[in-house]
Amino acid sequence: MVCESWEAKLDTYLDGELPAEEMHAFDVHVHNCPSCSSDALRRVQTKRAIQVAGERFAPKAEFRRRMQRSIAPKPQLSPGLGWMFAAAMAVVFVVGALTSNYVGTRSGRGQVFSEIADLHVATLASSSLVDVISTDRHTVKPWFQGKIPFAFDLPELQNSEFSLLGGRMAYLDQTPGAHLIYDVRKHHISVFVFQERSLSLPGGVNENSFAPKDVSFNVETWSQGGLRYFVIGDASAADIASLVKLFKADAS
Amino acid sequence: MYLARLSAQSDSFEELALPLFDRLYNFAHWLTRNREEAEDLVQETYAKALKGFSSFRLGTNFRAWMFRILRNTFLTSRTGLKATLTLSLDSEEEPELPAECDTPETVLIERSNRRLMQIAIEDLPVHFREILLLCDLEEMSYQEIAETLSIPIGTVMSRLSRARKTLRKSLQIQLRRG
Repeated sequence: MVCESWEAKLDTYLDGELPAEEMHAFDVHVHNCPSCSSDALRRVQTKRAIQVAGERFAPKAEFRRRMQRSIAPKPQLSPGLGWMFAAAMAVVFVVGALTSNYVGTRSGRGQVFSEIADLHVATLASSSLVDVISTDRHTVKPWFQGKIPFAFDLPELQNSEFSLLGGRMAYLDQTPGAHLIYDVRKHHISVFVFQERSLSLPGGVNENSFAPKDVSFNVETWSQGGLRYFVIGDASAADIASLVKLFKADAS
Repeated sequence: MYLARLSAQSDSFEELALPLFDRLYNFAHWLTRNREEAEDLVQETYAKALKGFSSFRLGTNFRAWMFRILRNTFLTSRTGLKATLTLSLDSEEEPELPAECDTPETVLIERSNRRLMQIAIEDLPVHFREILLLCDLEEMSYQEIAETLSIPIGTVMSRLSRARKTLRKSLQIQLRRG
């Protein structure tokens, strides 16, 4: 047999136990020798079949529990220390519950503002900024009829620095809403309007909430007449506040 | 002070030993071929290991140490003694293999017959069964196997080779029987 010397070490090679220099020589030989490569394949198949067949017996749950109990370290606390331990655990539990609630609320709130910021940026990056192009609120508002399950009012912009560019549909938390784009001194500002009861907002998003620090835009949100408003843009906080004021005045 | 040291030791033993529980049980069941005996063997292994844990040097191979305790415990059990007395551990006899056409492995893979392989492993003498499982199932290195079985690496290689040939022969016989 031509490959007799190789064959004798084939298992050791497949077990990854040959010295590095021999491994390399084997790699080259096995790749170029049909006889050894088919032999190697057969042996690999056997190893794989042994692995599959070998995973056969699992301990019973009751036996596992028994063993875990017997291995687990036994607490060696005196009665006094036991009370202290229980009290410490209670404190840890309460602090943990409060912390997780706080962190959950914070992260949920942050997520809402992040999604609003994403909607705003995606729209600005889009080739068609708005679906209804009009500076006339009496044109933009009727465009949403039949598209969203609520009605809303747009503020009168006369004597203000803001101008309406148009509107488009938006979706937040799988809920349809109105997305209006305004302009102020070449800054685009998005105003989102959603039905409050359709959104499942975290507790941190309340009346007059401001965006968390990790959202770089200026954002304000409030609830009015069963609707949830978000105003976001890179305009100054004063400009955002002015637009918010116009909306609030119009809706009240 | 002593209790604190014992407790710390127990903590670290639990951390090291519990993840091996399923692997040790499977191996024990393959050796004993019986659930109750496998449970007794695992229980005794853990008891001995916990007792001797102070002599275990952290940083050395804990897995090989645990498998060695289990295997030595098995060898001194009634089933283990019976299994080892029925054969010669260092038999150099190698089975004669017939000419090949369809190899047992390809037929085995084609049929996905896991059961055939299990029977073939089960039929192996215990010293072949254990070395094959340690190498191909537990994926131990030759060094780990040598530590576990307390044999030189050269013996690991020759015994593995004979175990594989015997398994192959057993599979061929099974396949001929159909």
